[in-house]
Amino acid sequence: MRSKILLILSLIFLLTIFTSFSQLKGKIEIFSWWTAGGEAEGLQALFDIFHKKYPDVEIINATVAGGAGAQAKAVLKTRMLGGDPPDTFQVHAGHELIDTWVKTGFMEPITFLYKEEGWTKVMPKGILDIVSYRGQYWSVPVNIHRANVLWYNKKIFEDNKLTPPKTFDEFFKVADALKAKGITPLALGTKDGWEAAHVFETVLIGKLGADGYKGLWTGKTKWSDSKVTDALETFKKMLTYVNPDHSARTWDEACALIVEGKAAMNIMGDWAVGYFYAKGFKDFGWTLAPGNAGIFDALSDSFGLPKGAKNRDNVIAFLKVLGSKEGQEAFNIKKGSIPARTDVDKGKFPEYQKSAMDDWLKHAIVPSVMHGAAASEGWVTEFKDVISLFIARPDVKTTQQALVNIAVRQGVKQ
Amino acid sequence: MKKINREKIIPILFILPSIILVFIFVYGFIGWTGIVSLVNWRDIFPDFSFVGFKNYKELFQDYRFQVSFKNTLIFTALFLISCIIIGLLLAILIDRKIRGENIFRNIYLFPMAISFVVTGVVWRWLLNPGPSLLDPIGINMILDKIGLSFLKSGWYTDPKIGIKAVVIAAFWQMSGYVMAMYLAGIRGIPTELFEAAQVDGANTLEVYRFIILPLLRPITLGAVIILGHISLKIFDLVFAMTGSGIGFSCDVPALYMYDKTFRGNFFSQGASIAMILLISVAILIIPYLRYSLKAEVKR
Repeated sequence: MRSKILLILSLIFLLTIFTSFSQLKGKIEIFSWWTAGGEAEGLQALFDIFHKKYPDVEIINATVAGGAGAQAKAVLKTRMLGGDPPDTFQVHAGHELIDTWVKTGFMEPITFLYKEEGWTKVMPKGILDIVSYRGQYWSVPVNIHRANVLWYNKKIFEDNKLTPPKTFDEFFKVADALKAKGITPLALGTKDGWEAAHVFETVLIGKLGADGYKGLWTGKTKWSDSKVTDALETFKKMLTYVNPDHSARTWDEACALIVEGKAAMNIMGDWAVGYFYAKGFKDFGWTLAPGNAGIFDALSDSFGLPKGAKNRDNVIAFLKVLGSKEGQEAFNIKKGSIPARTDVDKGKFPEYQKSAMDDWLKHAIVPSVMHGAAASEGWVTEFKDVISLFIARPDVKTTQQALVNIAVRQGVKQ
Repeated sequence: MKKINREKIIPILFILPSIILVFIFVYGFIGWTGIVSLVNWRDIFPDFSFVGFKNYKELFQDYRFQVSFKNTLIFTALFLISCIIIGLLLAILIDRKIRGENIFRNIYLFPMAISFVVTGVVWRWLLNPGPSLLDPIGINMILDKIGLSFLKSGWYTDPKIGIKAVVIAAFWQMSGYVMAMYLAGIRGIPTELFEAAQVDGANTLEVYRFIILPLLRPITLGAVIILGHISLKIFDLVFAMTGSGIGFSCDVPALYMYDKTFRGNFFSQGASIAMILLISVAILIIPYLRYSLKAEVKR
């Protein structure tokens, strides 16, 4: 018995020596919720690059389907708490990463990688801020998505001689004109609960501006502010222009209304562009959500290094691929998002992404709340529920009070 | 002496592994959930400081919980009533010795073989009122075509209907099962009883009223228990079909529990919702268990 244990131990010892001298071997388990169309292709493009560099490492693609990762996060949490972390996992940069995983001590800092690879020089401050905590970096952002985009059906706008709205006044003018023609002005899908809050987030940005909006999550702006009241009133008015069956539709089924020409506009993140491409729909145009000029409402998918990862060296190699120019280009062209790095070859990207990449450098960057960047998951869930209720009972006063109460519960003074 | 002991011990040994597993993985985890519901675990990192019934108190003051709890009660009541009435009717009709009985029985029973998730997705589209009143889809379109436009409604997108629309999908799936139970029950009634009744001059209606229905009572009880525990803890159907709906009009506690625990990281509150669900199912099941235990002892 004892000799057997000795044998195994010496084997393990030999193996560790062996691997440290030679190329990487073994496995790497990569956990994400990228299962649909463009995102799965993007992930595969990353795997291909990794596989070319490290042919001996077996990639285990652990995905859990479901929009915005709601289901995947549930699986991840049980695995992390159960002491069985995947080697690396997809997580929204910002509070979702920091509050859920970093502050609680589940992650290892990867500042050394940032130094080795010089990422601090090629990624903008807005994104570096949301992956850092107490002077350390904790994950590698692989892409940037923009949440505050207004998509519209070009043909409907041309036929009715309308111009896409830039301000709330213009929005309501256009919406009235469309309504008179019998076209649904704003497509909305609220089935999964987060979509309405996503639209409200852009209204908050439109009314409070970049700093005012950011202050909401840190306590600098009060939730009882009259501008928040104004945002709620405006949102209430916007809701009178949406399709009546919104609670039966998911975000992509709302986009389908734009494709079918049944609705004219839709406020959604730029993953919608992937949906439009997948449907072969080219007649879409984009502008920013009303009042959002000069502001980039950002969210970012990132990967980190959990403590106790079984194949630590492989993870570090994978993270290097993620942060590399080659990796970011390959992934984002397929996924429809833009790279976190600013030194990539813009010429390779489609039209929409080019414009987003220009804006990424020029605009004020604010973190998205519905997608985990601005506030902790607990706050986001309660925020989402309050807005969800607001759609059925658009009572501005009680809703604002509820928003104030959540902030207080989250320890932000009002 | 030794022999008797062995005879007693061996069965116990055989049953022991499963008893141990059940105790750990069922009762152990129920107990653990109970403990978690009494502490202050509201982040991914466990916090085991005892707070008593604070989580429960917060829940009962929470608007979403109140609505979702009320929704389950409405759902359970409507689901039970509609399943039992429709199931009984189908069973009686099929029992009339019609031609092609097998085919009909299978058709009615078939929905049960489908998972709730599939049912949910299908009915989500059937009961979808369409993007505008002018171009209806699904059931609304059919109602339009056959001239029953006045029956059109927003179904689950109308906050006044909400969970009641989900009942339609639920009884579509489960009433065939109730039919099968009743059919077996009716077939189990000895024919002498019918003959005796007919000799006494009872008409068909009276035969059903005074003979069949009373004799089917234990089956009704069984159906109530089985359907009741399904509907009190329902999650998959609602999750796939409607989500929590406008203003939580379709919300149920199990859905809220999922949201609280895995989206919001409020593990303690999630656990207290689980305990409330457990208690409400227990209220339904325990009397039945006692009843059937007593019946067994008598036998």
